[in-house]
Amino acid sequence: MRGRKVIFLLLIFLLALAVTGCSKKESDVIKIGVFEPITGANAAGGQLEVEGIKLANKLYPEVLGKKVELVIADNKSDKVEAATAAARLVEKEKVTAIIGSWGSSLSMAAGDIVRQGKVPTVGASCTNPLVTAGNDYYFRVCFIDPFQGTVMANYAYSKLNARKAAVIQEVNNDYAVGLAKFFMDSFRELTGDPDSIVAVANYNTGDQDFSAQLTNVKAQNPDVIFAPGNFTESALIISQARKLGITCPFIGGDTWETQEFLDIGQEAVEGAVFSTFFATETPITAESAKFIEAYRAEYNKEPAAVAALGYDAYILILDAIKRAGTTDRVKLRDEIARTKNFAGAAGIITLDENGDAVKNAVIKVVKDGKFTYLDTIAPQQ
Amino acid sequence: MTLDLFLQHLSNGISLGSLYALIAIGYTMVYGILRLINFAHGDIFMMATYFAFFGIATFQIPWFITFPLVLVLTAALGMGVEAVAYRPLRDAPKISLLISAIGASFFLENLTIVLFGGVPKPFPAPKLFTDVVQVGTVAIQKLTFYIPVVTILALLGLGYLINRTKTGMAMRAVSMDYETAQVMGININRTIAFTFGLGSLLAAVGGIMWGMKFPQIQPLMGVIPGLKCFIAAVIGGIGNIAGAVIGGFILGIGEIMLVAFLPNLTGYRDAFAFVLLILILMSKPTGILGEKTAEKV
Repeated sequence: MRGRKVIFLLLIFLLALAVTGCSKKESDVIKIGVFEPITGANAAGGQLEVEGIKLANKLYPEVLGKKVELVIADNKSDKVEAATAAARLVEKEKVTAIIGSWGSSLSMAAGDIVRQGKVPTVGASCTNPLVTAGNDYYFRVCFIDPFQGTVMANYAYSKLNARKAAVIQEVNNDYAVGLAKFFMDSFRELTGDPDSIVAVANYNTGDQDFSAQLTNVKAQNPDVIFAPGNFTESALIISQARKLGITCPFIGGDTWETQEFLDIGQEAVEGAVFSTFFATETPITAESAKFIEAYRAEYNKEPAAVAALGYDAYILILDAIKRAGTTDRVKLRDEIARTKNFAGAAGIITLDENGDAVKNAVIKVVKDGKFTYLDTIAPQQ
Repeated sequence: MTLDLFLQHLSNGISLGSLYALIAIGYTMVYGILRLINFAHGDIFMMATYFAFFGIATFQIPWFITFPLVLVLTAALGMGVEAVAYRPLRDAPKISLLISAIGASFFLENLTIVLFGGVPKPFPAPKLFTDVVQVGTVAIQKLTFYIPVVTILALLGLGYLINRTKTGMAMRAVSMDYETAQVMGININRTIAFTFGLGSLLAAVGGIMWGMKFPQIQPLMGVIPGLKCFIAAVIGGIGNIAGAVIGGFILGIGEIMLVAFLPNLTGYRDAFAFVLLILILMSKPTGILGEKTAEKV
């Protein structure tokens, strides 16, 4: 028994050595935190972004003569875990900047932590306006939901000729609720009919049974159903809707663009239309072509829009570090805020006064089990 | 609300309720015999769906071979969990067992995340089960007819096994007093391992049905169904197998009706189950069909 105790103490001692040993060479590397859901309900989306970020790190491994090291923190698709993960990056890892997160709610959970810790953070695909609003340290390389909601309302109204729409929203997801609200506002405006939204149904993240909500929606007989939310739940909703005999088109937002949406929904999601950030069919910049080629070579598949945005967030931070000539976080923040006409893989990025990118939206449709490019919509200036 | 609409809701509720009932049976049986709440039940249920996924999607084994194979594998897994996490604690206080059960649950969840990744996978449901039948204006998935049948078969099979066979007699003896049972020549390790195997087999049946109805599997999928089926078991009277079925139906139909008639309360859908649990514990702690002597848990 005593022998065991001695070995145990020795192990603890060694562990302590190992932990303190790690932080020795800190000045030789620049640490960039990657704050993404690697596990849980949003994992598929988070991992796509991480793929893009890792690819960017591989192509651009150095800045200011120092190696850039990615520190990946899993926020587990959970708001509470997200705050912990962000705090770890800010306080323990002392990263220079942070990228992420997929999912606006998760990003918002980190908002106060990065602001107080003064760590400039660049979101890749979190589209809810509140992520960057009132937060000097949060930026993003994607457009925001008021634009996305309008794009989809326009699509429903003019392309699908819909006059009655139903909304099914993931009620505890800030992204879905925000996007649904912007969609409803502009759809009501387009139709000029305050009663044009015939049903609003809610569900929770992680729900698997939507039969009650869908039965109620079916009774209202809408022309189109707008269902922004997580890809797994959305795929289940659409397949359950088809089984209940709902035949009208389903439209949604950028979160749908994952392989899992197709795998889980299978033939039921055929014809589903959604807005997103980027399509490989229409590369926008020289960086796009470079990214698409490298991504295909590295992962042997077609890049999703969020992978391109993860890539963009990384190269944008690197460019800002280069311009600032330092890793001082406050100077870096100012430099990121000054980003103008920066050529990213998913389009030209100019950050507005809130730190949001103003960009085109792309509309895609599921056709023959693949995401297929449909249209590009420019923001109204 | 028209009659058609109500019938559609009712059919949805019965479909969900029978699924809860099926999983609750396994929960309550293990409790009835061992007085142990097996918190790993939901995770064994989750593992079963992964076994089925690998059998059908990865190894391309036809479903009618995969499903029995899944039952065997899951039963073996349940016995393994019992041997590792519960058997060494046979003489320890009940609370240690409960904590060990929670540990086993976390272990299985995290093991799955490490081995298979946290990304949800599509459950390969055979077409035969997922087709839809139209009855008047009510659309009903074929599965909706199968699940209650499977639940009732499981209920009858278990009733026969526990009340009419020698193994069942041993199980009942162990549930009363395992020390005395041992003195009477019953191999309690074997009996308890068998109970766990059987409970896990029921979890596997539930898992397969669940996967076909909600064709998306991920490592944490067992948590909420596990909790809800535990509640269903408590509502029906924990330890009582018929009670678990009743509890499952009450919970499933109640949930659907809550969302159907009070759409604003949809967010409280999971809370509904817990509120029901509190109400039952306050008014009739032993559950609807529970035994008279309340057991400390």
